Amino acid sequence: MESPNQNQQQESSSGSSVMCQLVSPEGDHLGAALYLPHNVGPPQLQEIVNHLLHNEDKLPYAFYIGDEELSVQLGAYMQQKNANVEVTLRIVYQPQAIFRIRPVNRCSATIAGHTEAVLAVSFSPDGRCLASGSGDTTVRFWDLSTQTPLFTCKGHKNWVLCIAWSPDGNHLVSGSKSGELILWDPKTGKQLGTPLTGHRKWITAVSWEPVHLQSPCRRFVSTSKDGDARIWDMTTRKCVIALTGHTNSVTCVKWGGDGLIYTGSEDCSIKVWETSQGKLVKTLQGHGHWVNSLALSTEYVLRTGAYDHTGKTYSTAEEMKEAALARYKKMRGNAPERLVSGSDDFTMFLWEPTISKQPKARMTGHQKLVNHVYFSPDGQWLASASFDKSVKLWNGITGKFVAAFRGHVADVYQISWSADSRLLLSGSKDSTLKVWDIRTRKLKQDLPGHADEVYAVDWSPDGEKVASGGKDRVLKLWMN
Amino acid sequence: MPQGDHIELHQKRHGRRLDYEERKRKRAAREVHKRSRDARQLLGAKGKRFAKKRYAEKAQMKKTLKMHDESTSRQKVDDVQEGALPPYLLDRDQTQRAKVLSNTIKQKRMEKAGKWEVPLPKVRPVAEEEMFKVLRTGKRKTKQWKRMVTKATFVGPGFTRKPPKYERFIRPTGLRFTKAHVTHPELKCTFNLDIISVKKNPNGQMYSTLGVLTRGTIIEVNVSELGLVTPAGKVVWGKYAQVTNNPENDGCINAVLLV
Repeated sequence: MESPNQNQQQESSSGSSVMCQLVSPEGDHLGAALYLPHNVGPPQLQEIVNHLLHNEDKLPYAFYIGDEELSVQLGAYMQQKNANVEVTLRIVYQPQAIFRIRPVNRCSATIAGHTEAVLAVSFSPDGRCLASGSGDTTVRFWDLSTQTPLFTCKGHKNWVLCIAWSPDGNHLVSGSKSGELILWDPKTGKQLGTPLTGHRKWITAVSWEPVHLQSPCRRFVSTSKDGDARIWDMTTRKCVIALTGHTNSVTCVKWGGDGLIYTGSEDCSIKVWETSQGKLVKTLQGHGHWVNSLALSTEYVLRTGAYDHTGKTYSTAEEMKEAALARYKKMRGNAPERLVSGSDDFTMFLWEPTISKQPKARMTGHQKLVNHVYFSPDGQWLASASFDKSVKLWNGITGKFVAAFRGHVADVYQISWSADSRLLLSGSKDSTLKVWDIRTRKLKQDLPGHADEVYAVDWSPDGEKVASGGKDRVLKLWMN
Repeated sequence: MPQGDHIELHQKRHGRRLDYEERKRKRAAREVHKRSRDARQLLGAKGKRFAKKRYAEKAQMKKTLKMHDESTSRQKVDDVQEGALPPYLLDRDQTQRAKVLSNTIKQKRMEKAGKWEVPLPKVRPVAEEEMFKVLRTGKRKTKQWKRMVTKATFVGPGFTRKPPKYERFIRPTGLRFTKAHVTHPELKCTFNLDIISVKKNPNGQMYSTLGVLTRGTIIEVNVSELGLVTPAGKVVWGKYAQVTNNPENDGCINAVLLV
């Protein structure tokens, strides 16, 4: 079918067609090079890619030529760039989410109730519940329909520093400054058993085992200032394995989808652990200062588990496990899991821990410490928040710099992605939140309203709400 | 065998006296009287040893009571401090702010600060020997408490000097000025305006009250002939200006209007 088209194009004239090679984001060629007419634009390219890939559904794609998005017809693009028509044009097609999230633009509720700064905010994996941890030693659950407090969970002895939902949405674990962890039931707001003790200093991060490895969820890992990471079993309420190996405070932890645990520490190293016996698998060295944050390319899928944009619910654990596994495999594809670490030495490293101990890329450009790194839900982009008042966007596969988002006037603390990877949210010390558009690389929405620093932000997995909490002791809900 | 053992053996074989328990109880009841008499009548080292032992018993009793009180009350929890921080800021030295400052307050403060900028923010300080000259008075020139101002000065229209016998600071008429050459910084034109008062001398409050005019002094000038009006429509007749030259050397006053 292609050869008659080529003959017709050649017969007319060589100046009215462009030779193009369609390439996947991983670099695989999609068939042979094609002669395309001048008036072909992104919609026609989309149909061609869908046809060549034999997609049953019409998936949306974005097309990039040399790290720049193609938004006009090929002829106009060639004239703009004064490109050589004799050279084959490489067009990278980038799959996009089939759903679209509308940007939040107004504060729909200001929920008071906490009596100290709000330190952690987290939506449940299905996006229907919201939990927050505060310096007033309480964990609170919030009703998203009426936007009022739902449960106030008391039990901690000091500030609640971090909270984490289990990927099946049935439990919440919170860690406090006195080194104890408490499990909560989000349906009743009650504490499950006694606090889990073992850490000697404050808890810095918590991460659950993915639901496609173990369903229902029962194990999670917590890290502490005392240099330990501990794996806990929820049913026996005991510390199963203590991962000791770091010589300084462990700042972040991720439980990967391959069954490995990644910990970043203030001793400038990242360690990879195996989860059945707690053996140290690898040590990733390279940073010159504290490792502040880790990001996994599959982090969003591991966090939401089986829940996706369709809002489907699951009755049995096996059903949920299979759905989560299918979703994980689809998101990951053939590529290995990628890990990015942000550090106090103003740089980030891109690793592929299952393949090599050497970093794949070293990402420089920030002028102050990198406080938070986060992959987009589809793994194509990586965002980094820094204390140099900027948020930077990087290619999630190669680690190349894409864009810098400047608009904040103070340190940027936390970032969050919308579920379709098209919008990015950042919370800052300057008391504002900002929504950035990935396609146009510009500020989409400015959201002032907080009276003081914004410590925690989260975008709900169903995309309808954004929650933010900070030093002014209120929780703000934003929506369209 | 010792005598006590004989007594115990006899009690074992034949029993105690029939009123043994009653006599023991009465002896214990009388014990307080015996202790009270000892506290009153023991002399010297015996009295000191007795008092020391009684004090130790009293202290031990107080501790025991306090311990029992503590066990019934609630245990104290860790101190929960104010100013909670997320984990990524706990290891960083942050300056503590006294209270929550909103952005509008900061903005207003910046606007206010800009209000007090002057063209000459810093000037060279003038020493007292340079400012004043010692004046010797009296028949034999032995009185030296008078000072003559060696800088340009301004005195008001109604000025009358004090009686010469009591005047300490003398402002010569040859160094007095009533007008200043004032330049408008935006219009780039200069006017000869009357001086109304000396608002502030950067070298000190005493020189402000004396009306000394040095470089950097803020003066108030009569600007009614410029035709300036307030937003409400009233005529502006007094405005501040800053002296930009050294009047005592140049013989005139040059100033910049503060707008």
